[in-house]
Amino acid sequence: MSGIILPGADGMLFQRDRDWHPPADTPGYKSTTFRAPRHSLLSLGPTKSEMTGPTFGHEKLGPLDNDLIRNFSQDGTDAIGQRMVVYGQVLDENARPVPNTLVEYWQANAGGRYRHKKEGYLAALDPNFGGFGRSITDANGFYHFRTIKPGAYPWPNTGNDWRPAHIHFSVFGHAFAQRLITQMYFEGDPMIWQCPIVSTIPDKAAIDQLIARLDRLNTTPMDALCYRFDIVLRGRRSTMFENKLEGN
Amino acid sequence: MLHPVPTLKETPSQTAGPYVHIGMTPNFCGITGAIDADLGKTMIHGDVEGERINVAVRVFDGAGVPLFDGVVEIWQADAKGNFVGPTTPGSNAAPAFTGWGRQPLSEAGAATFETIKPGRVPGPDGKLMAPHIALWIVARGINIGLQTRLYFADEAEANATDFVLNKIMDKRRRDTLIAQREGSTYTLDVHLQGEKETVFFDM
Repeated sequence: MSGIILPGADGMLFQRDRDWHPPADTPGYKSTTFRAPRHSLLSLGPTKSEMTGPTFGHEKLGPLDNDLIRNFSQDGTDAIGQRMVVYGQVLDENARPVPNTLVEYWQANAGGRYRHKKEGYLAALDPNFGGFGRSITDANGFYHFRTIKPGAYPWPNTGNDWRPAHIHFSVFGHAFAQRLITQMYFEGDPMIWQCPIVSTIPDKAAIDQLIARLDRLNTTPMDALCYRFDIVLRGRRSTMFENKLEGN
Repeated sequence: MLHPVPTLKETPSQTAGPYVHIGMTPNFCGITGAIDADLGKTMIHGDVEGERINVAVRVFDGAGVPLFDGVVEIWQADAKGNFVGPTTPGSNAAPAFTGWGRQPLSEAGAATFETIKPGRVPGPDGKLMAPHIALWIVARGINIGLQTRLYFADEAEANATDFVLNKIMDKRRRDTLIAQREGSTYTLDVHLQGEKETVFFDM
């Protein structure tokens, strides 16, 4: 269907580099203590069950699904906060765009408060901000959405931990084994380097991959800042058949 | 001939956090009006071949506490062992059977999927694998989504020759993937840690 994903479409996924991801048990982030498996993961090549996955071409996204400034507005006014557009390209490890895939995102409001019954932070709720949105990537793997910059907030871990401003992302890809959840941070934020959840990632270069860059040229004058956040999913090996065909 | 080396690193995972329900099941946590229905809530949209079943997944942490703040996703074949293929953006209707479900874990750490019993899918060795459902679990305190599978207790013969189950060297741990049947409901208890720790995969 999509010519873009065809090269390597039948090949196995590259093995996940578990050293690049956070390990399961990270004592600095206390919630992992009883939630981290103790046994080693069972390593298996993905089978057809993991090499296939859901796609959402049939889902009709609403016109405001990628507009967090307006998609929960109760009275037609905008959410409070610093306006910005977040965009980026979903790629695989072979640098091939991943088109037609669902990207979901959620975040706290400008004061750092989530719309959730278990949220205990003092910061005020914004009646016009829900904090949830979604996009389907275009033919070149690009997504974009409009939102307000989330605030930093304190959380119960050690006595005085604060989360840097961040946006949660969920990405599907085209294989169930590509499924990924991560968080996006903002360029220049000193809080990134003090966060126990960020610090679960051992390699600084890997953390750097989660930091969105201010895209000065794509800011909307008198309206919104712009941040770029590219996302890389697991890629596929070429098959022998393709080697003959494509010469790679 | 050499395979090309990947040029980019996969984006590192981060925990889904305590408010994952906002992003993945917004209606469930009271953010209504933004989307009609939570994605993945309904897997069957019409006349679908196969045995209708409920799949209940209960998740517990290492202290035996139900995982009240997580999300479970499942992906499975239809009754004939086929997976729903890719769809074109915006054009066609939802497939009658999506093969994909997503449910929030309740306060009791449980999620129930209304689905059909999957058919058998060929494994990498060309032989049919036992009927199974792929599971993916995310929550606060889980740094990277946990992959595992659910098999069916009443498929003992197929389970005995299954490619994946047979890769589990400690045979006692194979049982951690097998859901027990009561009526039309199959229940699997997933333990993140402890004596009954579930086998999780790196696939």
